Amino acid sequence: MSNEHSEYLKKLRRKARLTTALRLALFALTILLWEAAGRLGLSDPFIISSPARVAKTVASLYARHELFPHVLTTFAETVMGFVSGTAIGVAFAVLLWFFPFLDRVLDPYLVVLNALPKIALGPILIVWVGAGPSAIIVMALLVSTVVTVMSVLSGFKESGAELDRLMRSLGATRAQTFLKAVLPASVPTIMSALKISVGMSWVGVIVGEYLVSKRGLGYLIVYGGQVFKLDLVMASIAILCLLAALMYYAVAAFEKRVSRRFGRAE
Amino acid sequence: MEQEPVVNISGVSLTYHEPSRETMAIDGLDLTVNRGEFLSIVGPSGCGKTTVLSLLSGLIAPSAGEIRVLGLPPEKARRRIGYMLQRDGLFDWRTIEKNVLLGLEVRRELTPKSRKKALDLLDKYGLGDFKKHYPSELSGGMRQKAALIRTLAFEPELLLLDEPFSALDYQTRLILEDEVRGIIKQGGYTAILVTHDISEAICMGDRVAVFSARPTRLKKEFPVPFSGSAPERRRQESFPALFDGIWKELKT
Repeated sequence: MSNEHSEYLKKLRRKARLTTALRLALFALTILLWEAAGRLGLSDPFIISSPARVAKTVASLYARHELFPHVLTTFAETVMGFVSGTAIGVAFAVLLWFFPFLDRVLDPYLVVLNALPKIALGPILIVWVGAGPSAIIVMALLVSTVVTVMSVLSGFKESGAELDRLMRSLGATRAQTFLKAVLPASVPTIMSALKISVGMSWVGVIVGEYLVSKRGLGYLIVYGGQVFKLDLVMASIAILCLLAALMYYAVAAFEKRVSRRFGRAE
Repeated sequence: MEQEPVVNISGVSLTYHEPSRETMAIDGLDLTVNRGEFLSIVGPSGCGKTTVLSLLSGLIAPSAGEIRVLGLPPEKARRRIGYMLQRDGLFDWRTIEKNVLLGLEVRRELTPKSRKKALDLLDKYGLGDFKKHYPSELSGGMRQKAALIRTLAFEPELLLLDEPFSALDYQTRLILEDEVRGIIKQGGYTAILVTHDISEAICMGDRVAVFSARPTRLKKEFPVPFSGSAPERRRQESFPALFDGIWKELKT
């Protein structure tokens, strides 16, 4: 290795370390300022809560055996909404790829469904599927499905006419073209659709819990707001941040593994 | 030996319909290619060169006239036609070996025997060491050669080459022109090459057909009076005259 190259590598490592250090510093600074604001009387901890009060709230939730039931409820609803929403969305995108005419006919409906804030459907869902966890899951499903259909279908279409021509020239049927060419070629798009869809599922679940639930992080947030326990609200949001980030990274790690196999070009 | 026509196009016309207009793409085209013959087609860009290949492979149907491939209507002969496109279209997620077997796979003709034959072709044409590699690890020229072997793997009786070298750099192009010409001649394939490169047409074909601008007709055919490798052909004394003759025909 030349001197210049080792200098270059050193520089890269230094930059990576600096990035991590600044990230941690920013986090610590935020926590510190937040705590200090309350203690120094710059703001009322009753309104803005504080890290110490958040920690205490989480601890007391845990001590009363309430933490995990709430967390698990929300987590399970999100996973179910995400998985079913993605499955239905991908299946629908496949259907529309096989029947382009159907795609054309349905296009304006998809556009409207995508533009519609799904929260508006909340009251209808409650009437139709009941004011319980199923309404929440259906809400998460609705929010993630439409996005999945649109992004996965556009991925299928992007793979393009050239691929279609090649497969036809080799004598492939339309099903073979899909399974052997279009689907593997769209794996990277499907993966990035998953990352969007997982975020959408959280939105659906929290909104659903605002509307109907008796349990879950969304419920805690609404309840905390209503009885003016901002500590509870902030604690729930902190847990939510952690969970959502963990789930996102899990999906991203899955993407990386799958893309290594399919996206060898880049 | 009696000449057996593999391709017979007689009086073929094709009209495209678009909402704003209809375009006459081909107007009364006649063309014959005999078994074992290599025909190069040159024409001004935008003329229906690629369209003719699509007609021959049965991907589109003519508005009028008759096309026979191996004595059959093109859509019936499709399984016996190999089509090589401008871009290699190798799948990034398949190894070279798996890419080469793709055609056999979709035709459900993948047997231990056909597999061995295809892999032998890889060895024969210098890609044997790259069987387990992915396309991204190969150079442009090697990729295009792998695409050719993918086409040859199911033993087509007619090869259609649609500007297969246009995406390559000039040097690779010269090398590959000659290699592909050799492979096709050696295998005794009947082939039609579409190109806009006059030199390439002369270096590869037994005959050069010049197409007119749209609507496409056959303007003139030039037999190539010499054979052999591409460098040998370029060194022929009559090469410049043939080149000029084709060029004049293209321009007018």
